Amino acid sequence: MRYAGGEARLRTGRTGMMDGAMAWATAGSMAILVREQGAARRVTLDGALDVTTVTVAARDLAALPVDRPLELDLSHLDRIDTAGAWALCRLRARGEAAGQEVTIIGADSNAESVIRTVQAAMPAPDDHPAPPPSLADRLEAVGRGTVRAGAFFVELCAYLGLFLVRFARSIVVPRDFRLTALVHHCHEVGIKAVPIVALMAFLIGIVLAFQGAVQLRQFGAEIFVVELISVSILRELGILLTAIIVAGRTASAFTAAIGSMKMREEIDAMRTLGIDPATALFVPRILALVIMLPILGMIANVVGILGGALMAWVELGVSPAMFRTRLLEGVMFSNLLVGMIKAPIFAIVIGVVGCHAGMQVGGNAESLGRMTSASVVTAIFSVIVIDAMFSVFFAQAGM
Amino acid sequence: MDREAVIELRGLRTQFGQHVVHDDLELDVYRGEVLGVVGGSGTGKSVLLRAISGLLRPAAGQIRVLGVDVLAAGEQERRDLERRWGVMFQDGALFSALTVRENVEVPLRAVPGLDGPTRRALADLKVSMSGLPYKAGDNYPSELSGGMRKRAGLARALALDPEIVFLDEPTAGLDPIGAAAFDRLISDLSHSMGLTVFLVTHDLDTLHATCDRIAVLAEKRVLVTGTMREMLDVDHPWVKEYFHGPRARAAQADVQAAAAES
Repeated sequence: MRYAGGEARLRTGRTGMMDGAMAWATAGSMAILVREQGAARRVTLDGALDVTTVTVAARDLAALPVDRPLELDLSHLDRIDTAGAWALCRLRARGEAAGQEVTIIGADSNAESVIRTVQAAMPAPDDHPAPPPSLADRLEAVGRGTVRAGAFFVELCAYLGLFLVRFARSIVVPRDFRLTALVHHCHEVGIKAVPIVALMAFLIGIVLAFQGAVQLRQFGAEIFVVELISVSILRELGILLTAIIVAGRTASAFTAAIGSMKMREEIDAMRTLGIDPATALFVPRILALVIMLPILGMIANVVGILGGALMAWVELGVSPAMFRTRLLEGVMFSNLLVGMIKAPIFAIVIGVVGCHAGMQVGGNAESLGRMTSASVVTAIFSVIVIDAMFSVFFAQAGM
Repeated sequence: MDREAVIELRGLRTQFGQHVVHDDLELDVYRGEVLGVVGGSGTGKSVLLRAISGLLRPAAGQIRVLGVDVLAAGEQERRDLERRWGVMFQDGALFSALTVRENVEVPLRAVPGLDGPTRRALADLKVSMSGLPYKAGDNYPSELSGGMRKRAGLARALALDPEIVFLDEPTAGLDPIGAAAFDRLISDLSHSMGLTVFLVTHDLDTLHATCDRIAVLAEKRVLVTGTMREMLDVDHPWVKEYFHGPRARAAQADVQAAAAES
């Protein structure tokens, strides 16, 4: 490739047809011819200068030295599009930076118009790439995350307070209370959850009995399977697993319902109409959970023990009558109490988390999806953390 | 006048179940023109756009785009054809997981032999041609205003230098200044790049400012086509109501005042 004197043919080649399936309709060949003409250098472009050939053409044009005025001859071009015009405009910008004039000759009206449009729109990168995060930046991110987590906790407490205040007010002013909504939500979060909760509890009872049987048989202590099943289900598993299922089912439903209302500005509309969203939306939902979760938990306890009893009978030969006797003798009422006392707390946490997440939804559908999954994660996590705290508390209290 | 028709619709019928939207619809769109399609709500303006751009299969009729029979075309033929047109949807329909620049790069990725840096530079060029600032290329669609999303949608539609651009309600939801700027952008680009524009709109100002020809959809077909001036003489209740209503008069007065000034 020579530039001084004579001619240099920079490149001819077919581009396109990279793979059989993607035959490009306009894929053509493109040649660049460089010739010295007096003080100027004439660059003749031949063929199709379009998006399929621009990569090669731009590279070749970038390799062209701009130590003298350039004349770009487009009279042999069959086709030029914005990508080709971009390559020419870039060369022109480079020439101008070097103080050399770059003129375009032989362009038809179509090419001229495209080049003018592209020239007017040539993007000017105006920012530098961001420096990689330093150690201080990472530390800052951790700090900000911690503060955000703290603020989130405070916000949840504020929502709890809001719920309690509005609930108290609707006791004082019963006219504000929405009984229809409460009944509706009781149906939604309670009755409709019975089949899945019952099935879950039944299977857990079976699993406990089966696993317990295998272990207890080694000591000939089969009969203690009754205590194993009843204590673990009544104290922990019945209510905890119910709460987890309800958290997955109901927290997401609350967030989606309130969030989509928030998204469509229905919440704002309620406020302008003098309706308090907390009274209208939060109180019936959270209250429905507080009423229904202990009932669901109780159902889970009963069905779970039934499942365990069935398995104990089949696997260990513990007759139902024997199971019943040992259940009533051995299991203290306190186990049931310890389990059930957690239910309303779980209910309030799930409800508050779900309602709070719903109110955080912004104006677009992505935030609705994000908050819905975040509310489920937060609700389940909170339920487990609170359950752990209860365990420690009851152990210390000797219950 | 001998003009090349780039879109030819013959005897087109579209229907959803028993509900017939278009029946025996005929329409020609000529190269280099900006055609505005108007019609009352529910007359199937967007349905027509979807039928031509292949998103919806009509029940009967023929659609020829750039000489290709769209309904009879094979897969390869259709793919080649799709590169020669671009569609801008109402709210831009940008991929929400990608930045604006990456959105514009999506159609460019199909081009064989186009390397990454060049592709990015071309995407930046298209973003800038649509009147967006350079920085907007790094933004995600959710970070943009409605008008900017429309512009980004246009940038993506223009990525492969199409011959035909379909625009669905390009100015809906924009403030008057933004809408006027978008009208100007459509007009400038169609002239400078020789684009054929198929534009569905409700906006009388857009019709005045950008359209060479107007097609009125009513009674399940294209009732009438013609220039704005010809529309004023059409004797049909809906067309009269539309082009002689108070809003039409205001839009006309604006355009005439602008013409008188220049």
